[in-house]
Amino acid sequence: MTIRHLLLASVAVAGLAGGAEAQNVLKWGANRDIGSLDPYSYGDSFTINVLNHVYEGLVRYNADLEIEPALAESWEILEDQVTWRFILREGVTFHNGNPFTAKDVVASLERVSHETSPLKGNLPAYVSSEAVDERTVDITLNGTYPLLLNDLTNIHIFDQEWMEENDSLLPTDIGAGTEGYATYNANGTGPFIVESRQPDAKTTFVVNPDWWDEPQHNLDRIELTPVSSAATRVAALLSGEINFTNDAPVQDLPRLAAAPNVEVLEGVDLRTVMIGFPFRDTLSTGEPNPFKDKAVREALYKAIDLELIHEKVMRGKSRVAGATVAPPIPGYAEELDTVPEFDPEAARTLLEEAGVPEGLEFEFNCLSDGLVNEEQFCQAIAAMWSRIGLAPQLDVAPRAVQTPKRTGGTTDVYTLGWATLPMLDAYSPLLQIFHSKEGNSGVFNWGGWSFPELDALIQEAGQELDTETRLALETEALGIVKEEIIMIPLHQQPMAWAVTDEVTEMPLFPDNKPRLWFARVGSEG
Amino acid sequence: MLAFLIKRTANAVFVMLAVALLAFVIFRFFGDPVEMMVNEQATQSDRAELRERLGLNDSFATQYGRFVVNAVQGDFGISYRNQQDVMVLIGERFPATFELVLVATVISLVVGIPLGVITAVHHKSRLANLLQLGSIIGVSLPSFVVGILLILAFSVSLGWLPAFGRGETVDIGWWSTGLLTPSGRAALVLPAISLSTFQITLVMRLVRAEMLETLRADYVKFARARGVPRGRINWVHALRNCLMPVITLTGMQIGNLIAFALVTETVFQWPGMGLLFIQAVTFVDIPVMAAYLLLVSFIFVALNTLVDVTYAWVDPRLRDDSVKAGGANG
Repeated sequence: MTIRHLLLASVAVAGLAGGAEAQNVLKWGANRDIGSLDPYSYGDSFTINVLNHVYEGLVRYNADLEIEPALAESWEILEDQVTWRFILREGVTFHNGNPFTAKDVVASLERVSHETSPLKGNLPAYVSSEAVDERTVDITLNGTYPLLLNDLTNIHIFDQEWMEENDSLLPTDIGAGTEGYATYNANGTGPFIVESRQPDAKTTFVVNPDWWDEPQHNLDRIELTPVSSAATRVAALLSGEINFTNDAPVQDLPRLAAAPNVEVLEGVDLRTVMIGFPFRDTLSTGEPNPFKDKAVREALYKAIDLELIHEKVMRGKSRVAGATVAPPIPGYAEELDTVPEFDPEAARTLLEEAGVPEGLEFEFNCLSDGLVNEEQFCQAIAAMWSRIGLAPQLDVAPRAVQTPKRTGGTTDVYTLGWATLPMLDAYSPLLQIFHSKEGNSGVFNWGGWSFPELDALIQEAGQELDTETRLALETEALGIVKEEIIMIPLHQQPMAWAVTDEVTEMPLFPDNKPRLWFARVGSEG
Repeated sequence: MLAFLIKRTANAVFVMLAVALLAFVIFRFFGDPVEMMVNEQATQSDRAELRERLGLNDSFATQYGRFVVNAVQGDFGISYRNQQDVMVLIGERFPATFELVLVATVISLVVGIPLGVITAVHHKSRLANLLQLGSIIGVSLPSFVVGILLILAFSVSLGWLPAFGRGETVDIGWWSTGLLTPSGRAALVLPAISLSTFQITLVMRLVRAEMLETLRADYVKFARARGVPRGRINWVHALRNCLMPVITLTGMQIGNLIAFALVTETVFQWPGMGLLFIQAVTFVDIPVMAAYLLLVSFIFVALNTLVDVTYAWVDPRLRDDSVKAGGANG
């Protein structure tokens, strides 16, 4: 009897919830689910992107990807050059009604930079923070550092009281095997409130009527459903079960574009696809490494027909790149964005002069689940290199398998895509990829190169507070990268979203992150 | 009987330990979970530290020993990716997979048995040949192709049924069911059909083979001679004698279906255990993969042991060698 009653009650509740359905619903079909409701639990930019609708940072990107005030109204660098003072916005409340104050900021910064947090790398210069008064926070850094604002765009602010009540002041620690309240619950200041979550099935958000900002969107509700199978996602869009996807599969774009109710939004991603070289003394085969010779790297560059890859492999949708960062990234310079002429004959001559033996074997490491059409462009490039008398051994496997080989330096030539996220500045690849591997720098310097002149420029840029001077330094450093051909830039890869005709406005962002507080849905009837 | 039970249980435990060991060996080739967990800006020392904290630097034997000791106590740790207790995570997904498998099994019996009887009774007719041919297609079509075709036909072209998901669910205690809401039932149709195609064929072919044999039995001939109606002979007397192997097969296949539901769940974004496992593989979420593999092998081992024990209970000759030898002498 009791079970029967329970059933009836549940059905009744479900019915009520259905009746109160909101009018403007954005039904978002993503290619995967968020990992948890806690943005600090896993180093996953998609999770952070989605939860940015619920949680906000002190600053944020506007529709043109420029930094603007969000939870902080203004800021200044104090006299010691290492302390930044932020004045917080007044009248902001969390979704549970608690007011937003300085101690929330301090608690959040402490949480994200705690030693067990997988995201502490997102705030590399942070030392400590202090609440001066209710509305003022001082953040102390480990030196002069120009990119704090860029970093803070991705640091979500939690409510200190809420974390304390729920024993969540520290991030969850997988090592200790503890679960966290924030994994299942969310309480931010953002434009949307988490209504319900069923992992891998559906996460729903409702509009926050008390948001401090004037909403540009007209959504009442967002339903995020992961649909991992590409064919199913396309079917769901065609049948109108979802009205937005941020991953329209490249092979289905013509079909989607031909459908009367679907619009495809195409653009070029910020991610620059590059090829890296080993700088160790020997190759994985044990032979001496010829790639330390710049002439050999140049030969490999000249042997790649970038236009052909753009036209055939990327179906004309990529942008051929000469520089290692995309045009919208601060630090980019047009004069660096040139590509050498495709000339396999000259490449052959260069190899001969450098004394590279005919049929030189080396490993070419690519991911099967990495960049757009990665397997195909790797095959194409391997064929082009074979044509100049080399014998690249293509090694294609999932990211989880390839990454240890790359970081451990047990492979030779490899691919790498870099979007400069979340920093959106040329300093990101310079520090993470092109700087020598030492301390916190050069984490992605898998080839093991070292150019002291380049390192000096990067370090100088990393402490220069004047933006113009800093960007000039970064451009100069990128010039050395290009001159030395440390890596071969190939292209910026295409990105495609798709919406049905229910969605009237959906700005496409080159960092491939949907920001639904700019989206509008046409009211039906 | 007791000795037999102990022996069978010991066997089962040994199989489980072997599965856990195999799973651990395989995980070494899955890659490095730490590289998937930290973000791009994490430094090398951050990574090394995390690896140390997760115990990934310990020797293989230590890791395996720790896993077995914890697993025996029902503790599989927490998921790297979801930061949730693995048993809770799997427990949440189990009802979805179970309902899917249950409905697929019912469909396979309801469709497969009559088809089997028809093809046996009219085994020379054109219809039977056509059905036989169809059954070959049913066996050979991979279930993801069936799934995509069903979606194209019934979701995109006709718009009758949803292409993915589980619809609205109702919670009864810890069990969440989609069977009690209209959207839940609609969402179940396509995945269940897709999962059952192979099973239907299997049941149909088994019933057909059994029926062909039974129809030649003396009692069927006598019944016919006595003037019992054809339909009654075929559908009541003969069929009943064919059902024992069907029931055994269906029981044993439940383990298979749970394991194969993985493909169907991926195509239809069905939030079950298989989908969880696929995602765990992508993110090298070792605790989830280990628990899933153990659970599935446990279901297999349990079903097998149960069948063995039942057979032994029915047939004393199977209990142990001495009895068997004695039986042979007598």
